[in-house]
Order: sequence, then structure tokens, then C-alpha cells
Amino acid sequence: MKYEFSEEDLKEIDAIKAKYPEVMPATLPVLWLAQNKFGHVNPEVQRLVASTLGLPEAHVHGVVTFYTQYYEEEKGTYVLDVCTCLTCQLCGGYEMLEYFEEKLGIKQGETTPDGRFTLKEVECLGACGYAPMMQVSNETYVNNLTKEKVDKLLDDLRQDKKPEHEKVGMPQRKNI
Amino acid sequence: MSTVDWKNYTPVLIPDIKNLDQIDVYRDNGGYQALKTVLTDSEKWPDRKSVIEEVKAANIRGRGGAGFNAGLKWSFMPPSDGGPRYLACNGDESEPGTFKDRALFEYNPHLFVEGALIGAYAIEATAIYVYIRGEYKYFIDKVQKAIDDAYANGLIGKNILGTDFSCDFYVVAGAGAYICGEETSMLESIEGKRGYPRVKPPFPAQKGLWGRPTTINNVETLAHVPAVINKGADWFTSIGAKNHPGPILYGISGHVNNPGVYELPTGVPVLDLIHEVAGGMRNGKKLKALIPGGSSTPVVRADQLEGITMDSESLRSVGTMLGTAGMVVMDEDTDMVEMLWRISKFYHHESCGQCTPCRDGTGWLQKILKKIKDGEGEIKDLDLLLDITTQMEGRTICALADAAAWPVRHTITRFRDEFEARCKKSVFAVA
Ligand SMILES: Cc1cc2nc3c(=O)[nH]c(=O)nc-3n(C[C@H](O)[C@H](O)[C@H](O)COP(=O)(O)O)c2cc1C
Ligand code: SF4
Ligand code: FES
Repeated sequence: MKYEFSEEDLKEIDAIKAKYPEVMPATLPVLWLAQNKFGHVNPEVQRLVASTLGLPEAHVHGVVTFYTQYYEEEKGTYVLDVCTCLTCQLCGGYEMLEYFEEKLGIKQGETTPDGRFTLKEVECLGACGYAPMMQVSNETYVNNLTKEKVDKLLDDLRQDKKPEHEKVGMPQRKNI
Repeated sequence: MSTVDWKNYTPVLIPDIKNLDQIDVYRDNGGYQALKTVLTDSEKWPDRKSVIEEVKAANIRGRGGAGFNAGLKWSFMPPSDGGPRYLACNGDESEPGTFKDRALFEYNPHLFVEGALIGAYAIEATAIYVYIRGEYKYFIDKVQKAIDDAYANGLIGKNILGTDFSCDFYVVAGAGAYICGEETSMLESIEGKRGYPRVKPPFPAQKGLWGRPTTINNVETLAHVPAVINKGADWFTSIGAKNHPGPILYGISGHVNNPGVYELPTGVPVLDLIHEVAGGMRNGKKLKALIPGGSSTPVVRADQLEGITMDSESLRSVGTMLGTAGMVVMDEDTDMVEMLWRISKFYHHESCGQCTPCRDGTGWLQKILKKIKDGEGEIKDLDLLLDITTQMEGRTICALADAAAWPVRHTITRFRDEFEARCKKSVFAVA
């Protein structure tokens, strides 16, 4: 794959830079832009980001390695981030993670041989009221996991049917 | 006993109004009126100081965990020298057990935007940055939309509502790092760097973003501001506990029937929140323990909770804190050793590694707890754990080390028998 930004991307990068008094703050948003475009930010992408922004490669690399959501290498088509942190653990997060491992035949941290799924154990995602829960590819949260829900999710994802945002009702309210 | 009348409380942060996240609906329901009066009613709000004084009098104690008076914090900003000044809003929401700011992002983002604009006016900020954890992609887009709509309505940008107050408002997405919720780490992250907390002083009010005066407030803290302007500080202090007044978003999770985010006054009895608000214990189990305000606040045994209310004073009497009011409820089947090991694993993973007591300390805590959890520990390991916590507390750049140490100290002290039961019977080496 050849890694380069399109005219459009460069325009967006200029818009990002305009939000700040300096160039360096554009590092995180431009890494996001790059990852959304290329699927990961491997060393080559990091070099592209550094040269586009005119920042040292070491700086960009340092940022990439500090934050867990940046993928330093290619991942599966779908990254399954299963929360096992405090409340999720109490509500069966590890059972869900093990169920994923069993169904996919891989351990957390690994990618299925067909390149479709990467499975990861992650820290609290700020959805503890809906535990156990997970996030798909840095995007949609899937709440209140059960084995049935996991089965359905994997079936759907195999057909590239992505889950939708689950609106969480406010328990005290009728209208929202 | 508490006199807080929570049953007749009407929510103001997340009221029961459909589509309130849309700017027209928000405005139809009185939205942006507080901003308007602050900017244009020179009789009621003659100057910025009058706004700061009102918010200070309301005693909105920071909802990000530390509980500091928001108006007082605003008053720490030095006088303007004509250069840039910033308001940085903390929407990192990463403390395990905490999931309340997202309720605002989802259901009432303009309330937060309005509160932040009033705050920015009060401290003479030239721009606002709201930092939202990267995992909240859906909410990041949602807040961006709210901000775009507010720009289009002349509520953000140049000469807001025709006045001489101008201010920009930007959303910054995090990328997965709990430490970036610590305020100076957040500033580093906004500046595009690794999120290493800064040594204080200098405090952000002196040297914050790009070395300029900066105030940091939690998202919910700012969302309380419009109501304080509209209804007055007296109204705010008349709600909930005297020492920690106002409405608050409780995030209740764990072994209850109806987990979720509930807006109620502060100072509600803990047991009412568990048994009535959250629908009681799941599967008819007995309550065993509670973490009242996110993973760093010390766990409390069920038998300590009678008569305890959700405010700093009452919680202090049982050796814990209000924190983020993210309540984690545990039933009788909970394995406290496993639970504590998991918390320690979290802090070890999230330590930024700058300070030795934290980087190494959190590693040791996790390692020794794993040994105990796997039945390989000895009684003396419990004392070693307590000793390590003493070595960590108060000796580091930021409070993550304390946040990691407190749960270990208090869980072991309060559930010592359970930990001892997991240790090998003999202190002598076998074979
Ligand atoms: C390790 C650590 C993590 C923190 N995480 C958050 C967070 O996710 N959200 C937040 O608002 N405050 C967090 N805080 C508290 C902030 O440092 C800061 O006190 C707060 O944002 C100030 O806002 P407030 O006064 O309105 O509460 C954290 C503090 C520490 C030490
Ligand atoms: S206490 Fe821990 S998280 Fe905080 S600066 Fe030191 S090493 Fe980093
Ligand atoms: S513990 Fe899993 S979302 Fe908070």
C-alpha cells in the first residue's frame, strides 16, 4: 500500500492546524485522520504524518506508542475491544472475553488467521452501567453482552453488518 | 438523618424533554438565556466578577473528582494582559465506575456548551477546548455538532450575541489513556504530546495551555453553571447536602437491578440509591460492599453504610470519598481479592511511568495481588502490600499513585479475613 494524503486530506489537515496556535497539537487529530484512512498508523504512516506536519518522527512515534487506540500495525478488519475492568469484571466481562476467545479460536491480543477479527481486553470504556460491554473498531459500543448477543454480533460482522449505536434510556425518564 | 427530599426532585441537567440535544429544542426550553443575560443584562451582571462571585457562592464543587469550588477556581486566573487565555473542559471520563458526563453529551450537550461559554466569559478566555476520550467517538461527533450549531446561531465565535465578547470552541479527541484525565496531562495531550502530568507549581492558572493562563473544569461542573445563573446561588445551595450542594449525576453500576445515570440532589442516603433508585440488588442477593465514587475511592463494607449519605462529610466518616459519584455496587458473591487485583491491574496499565514509586509500585501491587489471588500468597504479603502503598502515597507528580494505593490499603484493611483466607496457610516455605 502506498501511504499518502489526498488533496482533500491536506485541506482537512489545514483546518485542524487552524484550531491551534502551534503545529504540534495537530499530532493527535492527524494521527486519527491517518488511522481512519489507512486502518493503522505503522512506522510508514507515522513518517508521513511527521513530514506532513513538519514535526520530528520521534515525536510522532512517541505519541503513537503512548495512546492505546492507535494501531502500530495492521489489525483485523474488526477490532473487538472487550472491557474487563472493574464493573465489567463484576458483571461477567471475563466470561465474555473467554467466550470470544473460544468462538474465534484466538487469545486476546491476537488476530484470526483470515484477518477478520482482532480481539483485545481493554480498560474501562465509560459505560459501566451497561456492563459487560465492548467496543467495535474504536467506534460503536455494544452494551449488556450475553452469549447470544456475541453470537449475533459475530454473525453480523462476518457479513459486514456493523452494529448501531445503542441509545441508553435514562431510567428515570419516559421521553428520552 | 438526612432530610434530602430526593423523591420530589425535578432534574435540570438531564430533564425529561425529548430531542433536547437539538439546538432549537434547547432554545425553546430556555436554553442560552443564562448566557444572554450574563452578556447583556448589565444591571444584573455588571461585570465578570459578579458572575464569578455568584458561582463561587453556589459552591459547585468540581464533579471531576476533587470537589474544588468552581467559582473559587475561576477567581485564581490572573488579570488579563490582552493575550490568549483558555478554558479547558475535562471530558476524559476514564475513572472505572464513572460514566456520567456521557449522559450530558448524549442528552443535553448544549447545557454543557452554554455553561462553558459563561465560564469562558467569566475568566476572559479567548478559546475553549473540550477534551473528550477517544473511545467516545459517538459523543465527540455529537458535541461537535452542538458546537457547530451554536456557531451558526451566533452563540460562539466573534462578537457573541452582538456583544464584544468573542470566543472559539474546539473539540479535542483523546486516543486512549486514562492519565489524560489528570488536568495537566490533559493539557499536554491537547498540546499534541504524550500525556505526562506536569509538576505543579506553576499551576495552570499561571501557565496552562501553551504557557498561558488556563482553567480546567469537568464537563458536569460546567453544566451546572446555567442553572446557577438563572436561578441563583441560593437555589443551588438549597439542594442536597450543605457541605457539597446541588444536583449531581450518580452513575450506579454493578449488581443492581437498574444500573444507570440518575440526576438527584447530593446527600441522598446510599442505601436509598441502591435499594430504591437503582431498583435493589440483582437476583435478591445481599449487599456486600460499595465503591462510592470511582475506582480510586476506598471501598466500604455494607455494615458501614447505614445512615451514610452521598456527600463528602458523611462519606469521610466511613473513610471514603464522593469522587465522581460513580457508585459500584457489589453483592455477597463478590470476590474482593479478584476485584482488588483488577483495580490494581488497571492502575499499573495506566501509570505514565514518570515517577518510580508509581511506575514500580503499581507493578508490585498487581504482581503480589495476582500471587494472592492464585493462592500462592502468604500472610506477610498483605503487610508488604500495605507497606508499598505507604511508599507510594504523596510521593509522586500526580495523584494517580494515591488513587492506586488507596483501594489496596482500604480493601485489605476492610476485608482482611478474605485476603488471609486466600493466602497459604503456613508462612514457612513448603518443599
Ligand atoms: C489520575 C487522575 C485522573 C483523572 N481523571 C479525570 C477525568 O477523567 N475527568 C475529570 O473531569 N477529572 C479527572 N481528574 C481530575 C482532574 O485532574 C481535575 O481535578 C478536574 O478535571 C478538575 O475539574 P473539576 O474541578 O470541575 O472537577 C483526574 C485526576 C487524576 C489524578
Ligand atoms: S504518579 Fe504515576 S501517573 Fe502520575 S506522573 Fe507519576 S508515574 Fe505518571
Ligand atoms: S468497567 Fe467496563 S465500561 Fe467501565
